[in-house]
Amino acid sequence: MKLLSFLFTSSIGRKLIMALTGLFLCLFLVVHLIGNLQLFKADGGYAFNHYAWFMTSNPLIKTVSWGLYAMIILHAVKGIYLAMNNRKARQARYEVSAGSANSSWSSRNMAILGSIIFIFIGIHMGDFWREYKFGDEITWRSYTQDYNTQAVTWTEYTPVEGQKIYAKDIEGGHMLVAKDLYSEVYDAFRQPWIVWIYVLSMLALAFHLLHGFQSAFQTLGINHPSYSPIIQFIGRAFAILVPLGFAAIPLYVLFQ
Amino acid sequence: MSENMNINLKVWRQPSDQNTGSFETYKVQASPDMSFLEMMDVLNEQIIEEGGEPVAFDHDCREGICGMCSMVINGRPHGPKQGVTTCQLHMRSFSDGDTVVVEPWRASAFPVIKDLSVDRGAFDRIIAAGGYVSVNTGNAVDANSVLIPKDTADKAFEAATCIGCGACVSACKNASAMLFVGAKVTQLSLLPQGQAERESRVVAMVNQMDAEGFGACTNTGACAAECPKEIPLSVIATLNREYTSAKLKGR
Ligand code: HEM
Ligand code: SF4
Ligand code: FES
Repeated sequence: MKLLSFLFTSSIGRKLIMALTGLFLCLFLVVHLIGNLQLFKADGGYAFNHYAWFMTSNPLIKTVSWGLYAMIILHAVKGIYLAMNNRKARQARYEVSAGSANSSWSSRNMAILGSIIFIFIGIHMGDFWREYKFGDEITWRSYTQDYNTQAVTWTEYTPVEGQKIYAKDIEGGHMLVAKDLYSEVYDAFRQPWIVWIYVLSMLALAFHLLHGFQSAFQTLGINHPSYSPIIQFIGRAFAILVPLGFAAIPLYVLFQ
Repeated sequence: MSENMNINLKVWRQPSDQNTGSFETYKVQASPDMSFLEMMDVLNEQIIEEGGEPVAFDHDCREGICGMCSMVINGRPHGPKQGVTTCQLHMRSFSDGDTVVVEPWRASAFPVIKDLSVDRGAFDRIIAAGGYVSVNTGNAVDANSVLIPKDTADKAFEAATCIGCGACVSACKNASAMLFVGAKVTQLSLLPQGQAERESRVVAMVNQMDAEGFGACTNTGACAAECPKEIPLSVIATLNREYTSAKLKGR
């Protein structure tokens, strides 16, 4: 452990934490987005609700989730700490500062962009995660899928006291009784103000990643005339496509 | 000779670190062929003639090699041009009637001595902590007895061109000294002579850098963009790599 204490006590160590947690969060974004694309399916939420159940019940995924929460908090706390410390390193401010002449806007506003994302994560988890795990207003659906035609039919389902989510094979098909997070999402995204909060937050994420993705590689010591242009290209593509993919979900629901 | 230009100057005046400072405005007539420092000399002669206290500013070689001149000019260290020091900046880079704001390097680790002159002793202490190689005394060795590949020598030389001016710190929104420290660590870690102290050097220099109160690096790139010697941002990646591997090896 002593060998790793520099991660918490030196300026470069703290940045390594930012880079490693930041890249882990980038990986999470990809997984999260791919899962969420199932919201575009017109199957009454069969695939998505099945997936939501899996993600909240599988022991391995649950362990990774707690790791993820820890990473978000570590990244946010260290980020804010760094930003405050960095401000202390210049107590007297410049009368004229020409930041735009020598650096990108995103790179100068990482802490503000990160704070917007942090608030968003709070709102987002309150909307869906808290409601799914602990809320009592969430409705239930019962699905049956036909093995031959793959067609899915569903009905609203009234849960009994202490109802558990379950799936089982039935004659000629498969059935699922689950919390209907899908409809929860659709109901939320029919309200324009919620959609705008989501879209603007994704804009903040895009700018955070526009600087952050390639910056993490520099922090990890990777800067090479042949590889850095590729990293920068992937970073820009990532920063545009991933937030765009997330923003497409509420926009699709609102304007469908 | 070209026509003289009228320049409106707004200059930071601060009697010492213990006092607060403020801006004073002056009018100066300068030739476009003058360097910025020569224009400041004209200003000081004017102030002395009027019985005032001349503006203190650092300078020495006036040919872009010593690293003494400083000054943030209109928000940019060493002024608006790329790859030049203040002493090599000419008044023709400005226009007749311009208002030019002149401030000192601002960083908690660089306290103001007087007016535009700041104490860059923190850099000296970082170099003293590890920015050197130890050599045995005795007969001078033949200069070419240690073979170094040309491209390695070129890279080391590029990093060695840092003049220690501190523009990187002054440009950085975090007042970080990573470009300066990265330049020295890169230079010495590339060369055979630097290997003996390679790991202890980087740890000692980073420890000193943190102790002096410089900020951490956000990789904004402002330092490399404003560096008069155009030290590349890659030296910071090298510093990160050298430091991390030294630490992981238990240094
Ligand atoms: C899914 C969400 C997020 C992702 C994918 C992400 C990703 C990243 C990445 C890759 C970096 C670059 C690290 C480096 O320069 O080495 C970074 C930097 C940063 N992040 Fe995040 N981040 C996220 C959320 C947040 C949050 C919630 C905050 C909270 C305040 C935050 C604050 C910061 C700050 C301040 C920096 C700059 C640190 C510095 O260089 O001084 N980020 N982020
Ligand atoms: S790295 Fe460039 S800006 Fe920084 S001290 Fe050296 S020469 Fe000056
Ligand atoms: S006075 Fe020596 S570099 Fe400018």
